[in-house]
Parts: sequence; C-alpha cells; structure tokens
Amino acid sequence: MTKDEKYSIAKWAMEHAIQNGAQQARVIIYNNNSSQIEVRNEKIDKLQESNQSGMRINLYVDNKYSSISTNRISNKEELAKFIEEAIAGTRYLAEDEFRTLPDPDRYYKGNGPDLKTVDSKFKTVDPQQKVKDAFMLEKEVLGSDDRIISVSTSYSDGMSGSVMVASNGFEGDSENSYYSLSASVSVTDGTARPRGGWYESSIFSDKLIRKDIGKKALKRALERLGQAKIGSGKMPMIVENKMVGQPLRPLISALNGGSIQQKQSFLIGMKGEKIGSDLMTIVDDPFIVSGRGSRLFDSEGMATEKRSVVENGVLKTYYIDTYYAKKLEMEATSGSTTNLVFKPGEKDLEGLLADIDRGILVTGFNGGNSNGATGDFSFGIEGFLVEKGKLIQPVAEMNITGNFKQLWKDLVAVGSDVDNTRSWQLPSLVFDNVDFSGI
Amino acid sequence: MTLDRRSFIKTGGAAVAGTMVLPPLLKSCQNIQISPDVKSYLDHFEVTPEMLQKVIAEAMSKGGDYADLFFEHTISNSLGLEDGKVNSSNSNVDYGVGIRVLKGDQTGFAYTESTSLQDMLKVAKTAANIANDPVTFNQGELIEKTIPNYYKVTQKWENSTIEEKIPFVQKVNDRLYELDEKVTKARVFQRDETSYVMFYSSEGLLTFDYRPMATLGVVCVMEKDGVIENDYSARSVRMGFEFMNDDLVEELAQEAVKKTNFLFGAGKPKAGELPVVLGAGGSGILLHEAMGHPFEADFNRKGESIFSDKMGKSIAKDFINIVEDGTMEYNRGAINVDDEGNDVKKVYLVKDGVLESYLHDRISAKYYGVDPTGNGRRQSFRHVPLPRMRITYMENGPHTTEEIISSVDYGVYVDNFTNGQVKIGAGDFTFFVKSGMLIENGKLTTPIKDINIIGNGPQALADITMAAGDYQTATGTWTCGKGGQSVPVGMGLPSVLVKKLTVGGTSA
Repeated sequence: MTKDEKYSIAKWAMEHAIQNGAQQARVIIYNNNSSQIEVRNEKIDKLQESNQSGMRINLYVDNKYSSISTNRISNKEELAKFIEEAIAGTRYLAEDEFRTLPDPDRYYKGNGPDLKTVDSKFKTVDPQQKVKDAFMLEKEVLGSDDRIISVSTSYSDGMSGSVMVASNGFEGDSENSYYSLSASVSVTDGTARPRGGWYESSIFSDKLIRKDIGKKALKRALERLGQAKIGSGKMPMIVENKMVGQPLRPLISALNGGSIQQKQSFLIGMKGEKIGSDLMTIVDDPFIVSGRGSRLFDSEGMATEKRSVVENGVLKTYYIDTYYAKKLEMEATSGSTTNLVFKPGEKDLEGLLADIDRGILVTGFNGGNSNGATGDFSFGIEGFLVEKGKLIQPVAEMNITGNFKQLWKDLVAVGSDVDNTRSWQLPSLVFDNVDFSGI
Repeated sequence: MTLDRRSFIKTGGAAVAGTMVLPPLLKSCQNIQISPDVKSYLDHFEVTPEMLQKVIAEAMSKGGDYADLFFEHTISNSLGLEDGKVNSSNSNVDYGVGIRVLKGDQTGFAYTESTSLQDMLKVAKTAANIANDPVTFNQGELIEKTIPNYYKVTQKWENSTIEEKIPFVQKVNDRLYELDEKVTKARVFQRDETSYVMFYSSEGLLTFDYRPMATLGVVCVMEKDGVIENDYSARSVRMGFEFMNDDLVEELAQEAVKKTNFLFGAGKPKAGELPVVLGAGGSGILLHEAMGHPFEADFNRKGESIFSDKMGKSIAKDFINIVEDGTMEYNRGAINVDDEGNDVKKVYLVKDGVLESYLHDRISAKYYGVDPTGNGRRQSFRHVPLPRMRITYMENGPHTTEEIISSVDYGVYVDNFTNGQVKIGAGDFTFFVKSGMLIENGKLTTPIKDINIIGNGPQALADITMAAGDYQTATGTWTCGKGGQSVPVGMGLPSVLVKKLTVGGTSA
C-alpha cells in the first residue's frame, strides 16, 4: 500500500463515519513488513516473513466514544457496514463529555524537520546478506568453548508506515525501519545451564553493528556459571545501563494522566516537588535525529515538544493526553514518552564500580512487580557481587525490595555510558541502601 | 437493514450492533466428500478443498517434509467502565491464514491476511523456501477429524448485544461502592472473543474449532487514612454470554473489596530464605514457572533447560503428581484440538515424583520419537506453533492444610499473585505476591503484600515436603508469554509447603 492509497482509505472511512452519525472521527491506516531468520547448528532454524496491514478508528458519537479496528480493509462495502454498526452500538454507551479529539491548535501542522527514522534502502537489502549476517554471529562462538551447549542467532528487520487523519483537521504520516542482530548462548558446567544474550539494532542497515554480538552473548553466559545467592542485607546497587528501564518504567507510569486521575499513582500532586536525588535529570526529546523514539506528533496528532521531565530531582511534567487533561482540568502534554534522555555523569561503569566498597551490580532482572499506588516494589535480580571495585562472584536467585519514592532519592551516582540505541537513553546508575534478600 | 451474512460474520460489528448471525452460505463441493460442518468452515474462509490442496502443493514444492495451513477469524469486543459509567467500547476483527513448511526441524513460515488463492500461493511460496530440493508432492486424501467439545456454548457472543452486556458491567461498579465506603475508584472491564480456526496439513488432516473466551474484571481503589491501595479480581473462561450473571457480579465485587481491604496495614516479611506455604488455587503459578516452562520440549531438545537430562529420574517426593491437561471444561486453558491438529491429552509430567513427559509440539515429538501431547499452540495465524502449557496442576497430596501451616515456625503463606517469570537454563523462577500472611509459631499472624519470591526450579520441586488434599483450580485471567507469543492458560494446586525460597522483604 502506498502512502496515497492509505490516505485515500483513511479519508473515505473518516467521511463515512461523519456521514453516518459520528460528530468526530480519527482514522489510522498502518502496515508493517518484517522478516526474521534464526540460525542454529549451522542451519537456518526458522525463516519468517510478515506483512500486516489494518485500520483503527476512534468514533465520537453524541458525546459517546468507541474504537474499532480490523485487518480486513480491502472490501469497502464490508468496512462501511463495520463503521455503521459500530456507530449504532456506540449510542448504547453512557455519555462522556470529556471524550473529544484534541484542540486543533495543538495539532502538528506539517513542515517539521526530517527526523530520519527510516532507511530508504530498506527494500533493496539482499536476502542472502541477511542470512549471511545471522550465520556470521554463530561462527563467532561455535566451537570456541567446550562449555557451550546451544547457540541461537537471528537477524530481523522491519519497516512500518502509518497515516492518520482526524475530522477536525489533522493529517500526518510516519515511517520507521529497524534492523537487528541477536545471539543467545547456553553454557553448562555440568549443573545449571545459564544463558547469555546480546543484541544490536539500528534504523539503518549500514549503521548496524555486526561484530562481537556472539562473543558478547557467550561472555555473558560464561560469567553466570557458578552463580549463587549471598546473604541478605542493605547494600549499594549498581544497575547496568541496559537494565535501568526496569526501575524507571514504574516511575514514568506514575506520571500518566490515567494513573493520576484513577488514583493509581504514587506521584499524585508531586509536580514541582522533589522526587529524586539532585543527580536525576531526565529530558523528553522528540527531535533527536535518528532517535528510536523520535516523532513530530503523538498518537493523537498533537505536535511533540521537548520537555524537561525531572530536573535535579524535581518533577517538571506529567504525561497527560486530551481525555485525562479534561478530566483532571490540567493542560494536555502528551500521553506517551518519545526519547527519554537521562543526563549522564562523568564515570563509565568501571569508574562507578571502582567507588563501591561492597555492593551488587545488577545485570538482569527476573520477574517482580510494583504497586503503582504506593510505589512499593520487589524484583528478582541477577548480577555480580562487587567488592572494592572488583567483580567477586556471580549472584542470582535474589530479590530487591523497597519503595520507588525512596529509591530515586537514594540515587548516588550516574554513569557516562548512555545507551543511545534505544528510545530511552539511559546510563548505568548507582543506588544506595537497597534491600537485597538472599540467604 | 439487510446484511450480506458472510461479510457480516467477518466484520463482527454484531457485538456492537447486536444482530443475529445466520449459518454461512454453503458452497458446492463435487469431488471431495466432506461433512456439513467442514463445509461451513471452508465457506467461512471462502476456500474449497481444491484450493487447500493447491496451496499445500505450492508449500511442498521445494521439498519440504510437511506443511500446514492455519486459518483464523477472531472477533473481539470489550466494554470499559470508568468513573461510574460504561463509557467506552472496542471491537476488533482479525483474519488470515498462516502457512508453515517443515524440513527436518527447520521451519519456514509466512502468513497472509487474505484467503484468496493468489495471496495464499504467494506466501506458500515464501514458506517453501526453507527447503531447497524440488520434488513432486503427492497429495493425500482429505481426512476429517472429529474432536470433542470442552466448551459448549449456550449463547454465542455474536448473538449478544452491547445492550445486554452493559448492565452487568455497571452492576459490578455499583455493588463495589455499596459494599465499602472506602471505595474511591473502580474500573470494570468486560471482554469477549470468538475465534473460528481451521487447520489443514500436507498429511490431509483437516480440523476446525470454535473458541470462545469471556472475561469480566474489576480494578478496585480504596482510600483509608490517606493511604491508597488497589487490587483487582477477574474471571476468564471459555463460555458464551451465559458467563455473565448476577452471581458472577457479586463474586467479583466481594472479592475485589476483600482483597483491597486486606492490603491496608499489610507489611513485609524479614528478607531472606523462608519456608513458603502456597495456598490452594492460584499458587499453581509455582508449577507454571518452576516446572511447566522448563518441561517444554523445545528448550530440552536444544539442551537449554535445567531439566534436559532428568527424564525418568526422581525429581520430587513420591506423593507428587503434576499434570498438564487441556481438557478441563470451560477452563481458559482448554482447547478441543491443538493448533497442529493433534488430540489434546492429559499428560503426567511428574508421576509419583518421577519426570515422565515433556510438553511436545510436532517438531519435538518427532525429535524424541514420542506421540504428540497436544501442546502445539500459537497466539494467532501470524505465529508458528510452539510447545505451550494449557492447564498445569498438581494433584492432591497426603497432608492437611492445618498440618502444613502448623509445621512452620517463621515463614509466609501466599495465595494472591500477579505475575511470574523463569530463566529456563539457570532454573531461577519468580512470582510476585500481591498479598499473603506471615506465619509465626505455626499460626497465620499479620498480612504481607507486594513481595517477590524467587527460587530454583529443580531445588524448589525437591523442596516440596508437604502437599494437602484441598486442590483448587485457579480462577483469574492467566496469560502465558513465550517467544513473543501470548496464549491463555489455566493452573491449579493443593496447598503445599516449599521448605525454603528466597522471599523479598526488609533487612534487619
């Protein structure tokens, strides 16, 4: 489907909704193409191709709201009935005065910068090269260590495109691509069979890192041999950059308008207040060129803005969409994050570890959850015991337990090692006084 | 308004508009003998036996050993209540066919969201590429399989209107506020799903299934002395509209209020290794994570599971019997036939303490030279089948619940969970306890909440030293994720004692 074809169906559906009783409507048409090649034992284990398209419609009928979606979009007659029936059904719902499309003033009006989120060469990547890439990762490790019991590597890529139109004057489209290579290695010393993994990904094929992925996965697996729990106690916790999303995600959820309005947030009424240590500074920046979360408008069509989320520990903004803004009588910001950039510190991970007398470096989380209303959390972890800056032994089968309100105040050091291959660009962090349970 | 009935089935707006779905139009099939039931499914997907055979022939054209087609049409509808009003609804239609080709244990897979012959041939050609030596494929005869029905529906969701559903959703909310004045917010959700699936393989096997799913749940927020707590209760089963009734509404409201109330004043246990008593029912999450996943044969075939070399060996006390079953009537994890056309069996994973069977899909059953166990499941036509759990439970043991609790000096009793996870190779599994009780000197004393428990699968299994005779099947809405695919599952357990697990908590 070309972009023009998508716009044509979207506008037709929107007009059909308006002609049949909806006062407002928003339509999204999307398609995704992806491929995946998994390699095992020097053979292709799995070859998968996926082509998907569909439509989502938000209907606003007499102050009542519903949404519908379907992947059967080639037959207009069928779609027309789907829309008509949905409008008829929507009338049975209760009125909700807060349901409307966004204020048109807030819409993205076009002419934004090129954020370079798509690889123009996506369709010309040679399928044979994809297969070669996956085999190359496997070659890096296969036979390199007697303790290896299983190696799986994979190549995947994908491209997605969507257009959105809204009846009060929005039109916009976006396109994204990705390429990814990953390796997973299982090893054994006769008892447990720990697994280690590594991956790299990029928007552009020619920027994808292809080297050492297998080696890194193997290293991470071997490091886990002999892992054991240690005694319970309060210790500093160093969280590796790739894992910092785990403690940050519940905090961002607590900033969501829905969580606040439904009293399921531990950060109600905290805007302008201190929620973390001075070292905590986070910016939401939608305009990073080739950032994985970069976009010119959000899922409602509102123009994105660069925002300070937390500045020196003080909460600066909530994530509020049009609906909850009206319910809360607050100004809409946006319902979701774009690129979240954590302001880095001076030292890399090694430098952070050097300052640790005795603590635990967390390199992986295993289950656990948190209580959105109170901020209580408890997560399983694995990683390493650190003494005097050195990794002493691999640890696992342990939990950390506490409350996010306290944890972020106990942030005592921030690394320089921001991982910018993801939309949340986070460095390694050090928290003091974390409750670890082990033996 | 008159509606073309076939397109109407597919749009599924019925749930919103609420009109009857009539039996599909029948197409004539001259050459191949098929039953009216099969005909109705073929017509539903607008295909003929001849088309299926053409597509399979294309899929096998490069020398694959085996190929299958998985047709699916799913219609789902949901209603949401927030701030006292049923004020949002969603309807979704998903339609397509997945085509898989196997060469040894290698897989080629692609899908299309259209069932036209041209589109199916195109993706069959893509999937066929896993093999690379063209041969002539001899099409077998079409074999229809009669399957049992573990979820007989009285009133199909497609025949139920939004008008009929709304009052039940509203009543859950209203009862909640009536039951306790501390209730400050409630979100109620109702969801129904109807899946038509049809399967056809290069061996000629044709199966079909009608899979309903019904869910009703509520998130309850309560405020007491400036402290806010929330919990939820939900039920999800394979039933039609008859699922919705006043008893269910009452049960959910009572349970949500009770569970949320329990959290006020709940504390945390001492951090570290403690005896853990798992209450009957939802504690089946222990089996699901610690044993169920590591017993899935794909991990074992690749040598990646901590249980990979344990077949035939004693791995638990001799009173322990662990079952994996897809035949429990109306259970969320039940299936009439698996997604590879295999019979759904009740399988003993552990019998009298000895590991007896893994959970197999077609590839692993062939690898191990055993019969399929009916565990080949997929999230949708967009996904390949994998060995997956259905309903995993432990049979009753020889002890009593009182004996178990009174045997513990200091430990925890847990019976309310939200989620779990496992690392297959290391064997470390976890589950998150929303609420439970401290056990001190053999007695349940004070409430605890929001703690993670972590253990090692083989060790935990060996450490189950007591099991009671109070077996319960878990209620609730368990969904299992693996390899990027989600499938509904069930679980169950009698009360058991695990000698020690690492419990999240506070240090002295």
